Amino acid sequence: MFLTSSRLLLVASFAVFGLSLSVVSCNADKDVTDAVGFVEDDGEQFSGGSTTLFDATENAFNHAVPGLDSDGEDRFVTGNSLFRNNWVTAPATTTARDGLGPMFNAASCSGCHTLDGRGRPPLPGETGLSSMLVRLSVPGQDAHGGPLPDPTYGDQLSNHAIRGVAAEGEVRITYTETAGQYPDGTAYSLRTPSYSFDNLSYGALGAGILLSPRVAPQMPGLGLLAAVPEAALLAIADPADLNGDGISGRPNYVWDTEKQQRTLGRFGWKANQPTVRQQTAGAFVGDMGITSALFQAENCTSPQRDCAAAPTGNTSATEPYELSVANLERVAYYSATLAVPGRRQWQDAAVVRGKQLFVQTLNCAGCHRPKLQTGTSDIEPLLAHQTIRPYTDLLLHDMGPSLADGRPDFEATGAEWRTPPLWGAGLFQTVNRHTFYLHDGRARSLEEAILWHGGEAQRARDAFTRLSREDRAAVIKFLNSL
Amino acid sequence: MTRFSLTNRPLRRLTGALFLGFSLLGLAACKDDDNETPKPTTTVADPEPPKPDTTVANAKKATVATYATIAYATYSDALTAAQTLHNQALAFVASPTEAGLLDVRAAWKAARVPYNQTDAFRFYGGPIDDATTGVEGLLNAWPLDEKYIDYTIGDPTSGLINDPAALPSITKTTVEALNEQGGETNISCGYHAVEFLLWGQDVSATGPGARAFTDYTTAPNAARRGQYLTACTALILDHLTQVRAAWAPGAAYRTAFTITMPTDSALTHILTGLGRLSKGELAGERMQVALDNQDQEDEHSCFSDYTDQDLKGNEQGIWNVLNGRYAGTAVTVGTSIIEAVRAADATRADALQVATDDARTKTLAIQAPFDQEIIGADAAPGRQRVRAAVLACRAQADQLVAAARALGITLVL
Repeated sequence: MFLTSSRLLLVASFAVFGLSLSVVSCNADKDVTDAVGFVEDDGEQFSGGSTTLFDATENAFNHAVPGLDSDGEDRFVTGNSLFRNNWVTAPATTTARDGLGPMFNAASCSGCHTLDGRGRPPLPGETGLSSMLVRLSVPGQDAHGGPLPDPTYGDQLSNHAIRGVAAEGEVRITYTETAGQYPDGTAYSLRTPSYSFDNLSYGALGAGILLSPRVAPQMPGLGLLAAVPEAALLAIADPADLNGDGISGRPNYVWDTEKQQRTLGRFGWKANQPTVRQQTAGAFVGDMGITSALFQAENCTSPQRDCAAAPTGNTSATEPYELSVANLERVAYYSATLAVPGRRQWQDAAVVRGKQLFVQTLNCAGCHRPKLQTGTSDIEPLLAHQTIRPYTDLLLHDMGPSLADGRPDFEATGAEWRTPPLWGAGLFQTVNRHTFYLHDGRARSLEEAILWHGGEAQRARDAFTRLSREDRAAVIKFLNSL
Repeated sequence: MTRFSLTNRPLRRLTGALFLGFSLLGLAACKDDDNETPKPTTTVADPEPPKPDTTVANAKKATVATYATIAYATYSDALTAAQTLHNQALAFVASPTEAGLLDVRAAWKAARVPYNQTDAFRFYGGPIDDATTGVEGLLNAWPLDEKYIDYTIGDPTSGLINDPAALPSITKTTVEALNEQGGETNISCGYHAVEFLLWGQDVSATGPGARAFTDYTTAPNAARRGQYLTACTALILDHLTQVRAAWAPGAAYRTAFTITMPTDSALTHILTGLGRLSKGELAGERMQVALDNQDQEDEHSCFSDYTDQDLKGNEQGIWNVLNGRYAGTAVTVGTSIIEAVRAADATRADALQVATDDARTKTLAIQAPFDQEIIGADAAPGRQRVRAAVLACRAQADQLVAAARALGITLVL
């Protein structure tokens, strides 16, 4: 009852006062986000609920959620160490940290997720990928319905290898600029990437090769997203667009290696990983060549004999892989308990205006859900029952042909991408000294990222272009406050 | 080498005239964004920051000057000791003997003593670890990719030293260039590379590595190994020279840090660096991780078994800055952070003093070799000692946060 009257009050206040939101800010604790009403969200600066941490410096992404107990703090610290430091070639004196490669993209997690932040494509003058990679597959599906790896190069191109083993090759990105113009006459330019390969060491790529370039996403908040109940996400899903808003939203169902069954995917650019632990183990083996209980085989394919012959970092008879179960748990725990940074300038008039446009006028919130509730957490109790503001629905959306990679990933089509969370999106410049957005970093600014939206987001994107210059700036300012 | 030794009183008198001018800057800095940072509603309201008065402002300004002085003195000692290391390495390589190898090892250990204390100047993007010009990774990268550099157990031909085709000429230029290859942060030089070249892989359960001096006489590629060793010691000199120069009296960085920058910003850097070293790095990365991993060689100076000295040096570095006193080849004294805190809140100052003394005592109690100290059951005396040091260093960081608040500075470690 109260909720209903509160909503009515809100609607009424809009009718009367337009945008004077401060008038209703005392209405406090009720979430009144819906398809029609604007958002009154007392505490919206707490993007991660009570696990939020306020730091707008370059360390913004690398804090633990406040309040970990002593045991949690210890596990976080060890996970941080294993995440941050380089892995080295086996056999090394540091036996807990050897086994790098033979093939790899980076020698540490932090090599791509620098300061737990966001990767990017090479800058002009840089050669080679340093914090992004290119996934590979050939047409078809593997035994579990996932992508079918290239028979020679596997499911991602490794641009580094230990001494004595040939790296697979290097990726070269070139861009084509296309000029565009807003209805108000303001000019812009978008760059379309194209990919080629240098120094392929093991012959040609497979017939019909499919590519999916992906930058390393920022780390904070993974444990909170893991704790959003599956039912809540499925309730948001609208695969057949029954509500007719042009937005579908489909869950991906992917292979859970531990459960040996298909489960809801949540992580990765196509929601192709079901859990933080599997995401972590997958990155260890795929990106660094570190095997674990979940993925015990080195990422060498049968034609890569020097790779298969290289020494491994296995030293335990009971755990015949390079990352022990305990250490995988530490890194997964660390990854799940990195605190989401709190918002800046959330009361600024332009930010408030930008949020209203984002949520209501443009319906960006149709996919970038402003608010979700977590349920229980099997990782860390502090993450449970939190009101979080991730600006994602974790669902797949068709983003149109311009952004499509054409590479299906379980149930995600070649045009579908998971809505990426936007928390922290305004801090990439501070933490990682760049403002590249989207899965391949083609967008050089938030504005370009919006302009690339197509498919289910075409309507929102077009509406954005029709905004006044001032309102467009307000939307950007809002996003930068996240 | 110039030394800067003074007591509190002359420092205040010397620079007192400047303080009035800069106290205004300090006030302005209180209005930056940090102070608008909201707190989660669940936390207890913070006490009101004290009103900046002249005494506190003067003391704060003076601690920044002391910090710069100690930084310069410590890097100067690190450079001097590294020069001795380089000289010993050159002498040894020119005429390798068992005794000569022991001399270089002793010089390496001596060089670590001041360098370990310089970790107190890290973790805020200062000269040592600036995002673009910092050399910390080049000096102190860990863990080391041994096999990238030299032969390892079971692979007598691995490493660049044994691969003239890949590295035809070994000079500091060619070795430094390798740092970018095979993975963007694969560091092929620094203290731990030198340590590896002096001790070799540590495969012993009880002692350090046991590299024979004949690795530099009759072993394959002995001459190349010697060239690699001295190239690395020469690079350590270059990198330390660069960092020390930034802290030299009159240097642009030091001037900006101590004079141009608002005092509260400089203090925030200083305290953030100390806090992150104390909590995340020393208590966490260097001790708790080793306790947790229980891996014998998950320690920073694993070849020489000298890790306990790394830990003690790190804590000593923190203690030096908090107490405004560095006892190196000369004694440097100035207005301390604890004194500045005392001007604002005596109780906080006492608590910080107790915490840092305790962290120093508990760290000094750790016994060598560290790799034996960490293994066994949790009740083992060694593990208890390390755990006590972990908790003391964490407590030191917590007291630092509270003390910073008394100075009107919000620390997020």
